[in-house]
Amino acid sequence: MELFVLGKYRTLVVKIYGELDHHKADSVRKAIDREIKRCGVINIAFDFSNVTFMDSSGIGVIMGRYKIAKSLGGSTVIYGANESVQRIIDMSGITNIVTVSDSLENGLKEAAANV
Amino acid sequence: MYKNSMKIEFLNISDNERFARCVAAAFVLELDPTMDQLSEIKTAISEAVTNAIIHGYEDREGIITIEGNIYDDTVEFIVTDNGVGIPDISRAREPLFTGKPELERSGMGFTIMETFMDSMEVESFVGKGTRITMRKRLNKVDKSEG
Repeated sequence: MELFVLGKYRTLVVKIYGELDHHKADSVRKAIDREIKRCGVINIAFDFSNVTFMDSSGIGVIMGRYKIAKSLGGSTVIYGANESVQRIIDMSGITNIVTVSDSLENGLKEAAANV
Repeated sequence: MYKNSMKIEFLNISDNERFARCVAAAFVLELDPTMDQLSEIKTAISEAVTNAIIHGYEDREGIITIEGNIYDDTVEFIVTDNGVGIPDISRAREPLFTGKPELERSGMGFTIMETFMDSMEVESFVGKGTRITMRKRLNKVDKSEG
């Protein structure tokens, strides 16, 4: 996983590699939460373009981070999900509360327009 | 009638979630599944095993068993734990119900298993454990239909 801050947009970009299941969820969650506190960002953008598998544990991670971003007055963006990951995202209904987009740039634009 | 079967047992550590879904995927390969079907089976198995680890055994050590059976073009997986059991199965199967909200669980596990497999049965006894049986028919895709 890679984390980097886009200071201009007050956004933490979370780039996840490989599989996001219950086993991986805990370390991903902890790393993101630590970085949010440290960097003072308010938005979280998940780059799923290198995620090969995700189950409902991934949805739990996204929902938890959405709550944090919301409490800070920010929003959550997901982009780059493949077909099978997108299917889980759609089933969960989180598309009603987070912005799902094709790229980081478009996702941040759409999220800003929705605020 | 074509028939095959397998059985694996493993410790309830989360490292084995990946192991379990890879074994399940490998077991059905001879039925020539589509990529979508493989992904559905891996996800359903992952949900069942994760449930056994988080809810079945909680913090104590235990064994999870997966039995796989193939009858012609239908695969059956039986995921068993000897954990705490589910007191109210119909409530646990409700979409978005989670017994552990403090762990950021989405409550989607059973819904995913039901959606991705053709059938799913849950048998559970409090203090004894839980057994989940899932079946899926893997029809050969007619390539002419695209």
